[in-house]
Amino acid sequence: MNPFVIHTGVVAPLDRVNVDTDAIIPKQFLKRIERSGFGQFLFYEWRFTVDGEPIDSFILNTPAYKESTVLLARNNFGCGSSREHAPWALLDYGFRCVIAPSFADIFYNNCFKNGILPIKLSEEQVDELFNRAQNKPNYQLTIDLQEQVVRDNDGLSYPFEVDSYRRYCLLNGLDDIGITLQYEDKIAAYEASR
Amino acid sequence: MTARTMFEKIWDNHVIHEEAGKPSLLYIDLHLVHEVTSPQAFEGLRLAGRRVRRPELTFATMDHNVPTADRFNVKDPISRQQMETLTANCEEFGITLADLNSPDQGIVHVIGPELGLTHPGKTIVCGDSHTSTHGAFGALAFGIGTSEVEHVLATQCLQQSKPKTMEVRVNGDLPFGVSAKDLILAIIAKYGTDFATGYVVEYTGAAIRSLTMEERMTVCNMTIEGGARAGLIAPDQTTFDYLKGKRYVPQGEDFLAAVEAWKELCTDKGAVFDACVEIDAAEIAPQVTWGTSPGMGTNITSTVPSPESFETAAQRKAAQDALAYMDLAPGTPMSEIKIDRVFIGSCTNGRIEDLRKAAEVAKGRKVSPSVHAMVVPGSQAVKQLAEQEGLHLIFQEAGFDWRESGCSMCLAMNPDILSEGERCASTSNRNFEGRQGRGGRTHLVSPEMAAAAAIAGHFVDVREWKSENASKEVFQ
Ligand code: SF4
Repeated sequence: MNPFVIHTGVVAPLDRVNVDTDAIIPKQFLKRIERSGFGQFLFYEWRFTVDGEPIDSFILNTPAYKESTVLLARNNFGCGSSREHAPWALLDYGFRCVIAPSFADIFYNNCFKNGILPIKLSEEQVDELFNRAQNKPNYQLTIDLQEQVVRDNDGLSYPFEVDSYRRYCLLNGLDDIGITLQYEDKIAAYEASR
Repeated sequence: MTARTMFEKIWDNHVIHEEAGKPSLLYIDLHLVHEVTSPQAFEGLRLAGRRVRRPELTFATMDHNVPTADRFNVKDPISRQQMETLTANCEEFGITLADLNSPDQGIVHVIGPELGLTHPGKTIVCGDSHTSTHGAFGALAFGIGTSEVEHVLATQCLQQSKPKTMEVRVNGDLPFGVSAKDLILAIIAKYGTDFATGYVVEYTGAAIRSLTMEERMTVCNMTIEGGARAGLIAPDQTTFDYLKGKRYVPQGEDFLAAVEAWKELCTDKGAVFDACVEIDAAEIAPQVTWGTSPGMGTNITSTVPSPESFETAAQRKAAQDALAYMDLAPGTPMSEIKIDRVFIGSCTNGRIEDLRKAAEVAKGRKVSPSVHAMVVPGSQAVKQLAEQEGLHLIFQEAGFDWRESGCSMCLAMNPDILSEGERCASTSNRNFEGRQGRGGRTHLVSPEMAAAAAIAGHFVDVREWKSENASKEVFQ
C-alpha cells in the first residue's frame, strides 16, 4: 500500500447525498478478478451514456475537473454494498482523498486499507469547500495527514480528526495482515483455549 | 460483574488482543465466501505465499452471477471465469464449496442459517454487506471488504474498532397483513439510512419476540440499510427450535449444552446501550418505496411525497433527483403506480416463508398481462421444499416465472436485469439507481405486496386481499 503523507490536488465537487457504491462502481464491472483497472468504470452510469459516450454535464467530464485527485462529497458517501471495488476504482482513477460530512462505515474502512484518506468535516465546512470548488476553476486543496489539516491557497485551514492508529498505518503504508501476524502466539493460544 | 449487552458479551468472548488507540483483534468463527468479493483476496494470499489459516471455518458458495433460467449455461464469459476462479481457489486452499451442482447452493445468507452454520454467539463475516442477516440468531455478523476477506483467510482474525450499541425496541404487535419487511422498511423510512452508522443494533420488544426466525432474518438483513454495522436479536426458543437438527449444529446432548450456553448471551438486566429508539408496531402499514434509497418509503395508503415537504435543502434535492429518476409526480397515490416487472427473491425475502406468503396471494389469481413476474428461491433447498409443497405450481398457474436459486435481479449481475425505464416491485433490499439494471426503477416491498402488485399490475394494499381470502375460507 502506498503511504499517504501530504497531498495536493484539484477538488471535484460531487453534489449529491447518499452516493452509494453501486453508483461508484456499477455491478457489471465487478466481475474482474484483478484489483486494478477499475478507474475507467468509476461512476460509469453518470459518466457515460448507454452507448459509452461521455455525458458532458457530469462533473468528472468537465475539463476543469478532469485531473482532480480530491473528491468532495455530501452526507453518507459510500453507502450500500461492501464492494472494495469502490475504493479501488477511486484510487485507480486517481483520487487519493475523499472529503464529506459523513461516510458509510464499510466504505470508510475500506478506504484506509487502500491508501485513500477519507476526511470528515462539518456540513458548514463542506458547504464552504463546495462553494470554492464550484466557483474557482482549478481549485486545489492540500491535505496534510502529518499535521491533520486541510488547506487551500487562500488561507483556508480546516483541522480534521482521524483515528491515530489508522493515521499511523496510512503514513507508513502498513499492511494489516503483517501487523496481525505479529500476534500469532495470541491467536494460537486463543484457538487452543476453545 | 457489570451488566453487559449481548453485543458486549460476544465481543468480549472473541477479543484476542486489545490496546488503547488501536483496533481490537477479533477472532472470527465463520467466514462465508462468494465469487464476487473473493478473487482478489485469494490472489493476495498467493502473492504473499500465505495459506488459509482455518479452511474448516470457511464456507463458500456461488450466488451473485448464477443464471436462474438455464443455470449451467453461463453465457457471460467473465461471470463464468469468476465462478471457475472460486472453484479453483477453493480446491487450492481446501475450502468447502457449494457450487452449482450442490444441493446446498444458494445465496450465501440463505444457506448459512439453513445448513446450521450460523449459531448464536458466533462471530461471522463475509465480503457482503448483508451479512447482518445472521444477527437474527444472536451472532455478531457483519460485512467486510476484500482486503479484510484476505485478512480473515490468512489470520482467522479481523482488526475492528469497537462499535457503539443501540437498542431498537419495537413494542406491541404487527397488525394483520403487515410483515417483517414492512417493519424494517418503516424503521428506515422513519429514522433514515444513516441513523445507525457506527452502531450495532439490538432489536428488542414484543413485536420482535413474536417474529419467526425467517422474519427476524429479514429485519437483520436490512439493518445495514440503516447504516448499522450489524443487527442482533437475542436467541430464544424460536431460535433453538429452528436450529435443532440442522446439519452443522451440535446434536443430542451437545445441542442441549449449546442451548444452555446460548441462553447466557442475552443482554443483562441493567445493561446500558449508547442509544435507544422505540417504535410502536401497531402504527406500521404495508410499505412501498418511492425513491432511490431504502429510506425513501411510505405507506401503501399514502402518496408520493413532494420534495418541498422535506426539512433540509440536501433532502429536498435528493427527493427531487429521486423522483426525476423514478419518473413519479408528487401526490400520486402509491396504489396508482403501475409496474412492469416483479421480482420475488433475494437474501431479504427469498426464503420458504416468503414464498408461502406470496403463493397465498397468488393462489387462484392471474398475473396481469402487462407484468413479467418471477420467483427466485433463495437456495436449492428452498426451491426443493417449495416444490414439495406445490408452491411452484401455484406460481406457474398464476403466470409467474419459476426460477433456480441465486441473487438474480437483486443486483442483476446475472442475465435477470431491468431494461431502461422498466418499473419493478422487488422484495430485495436496495432501490439504488441502476441497481437492477441501468435506468431501471425499483420499488421495495414485501413478498405479499409484490405478489399482489404482479396480479393487479399496480401496487395494492394487500391487507384488503388478505381479508378477502380469509372471509372466502370462512364461507367455503
Ligand atoms: S441477494 Fe442481493 S443483497 Fe443478498 S447477497 Fe445476493 S446480491 Fe447481495
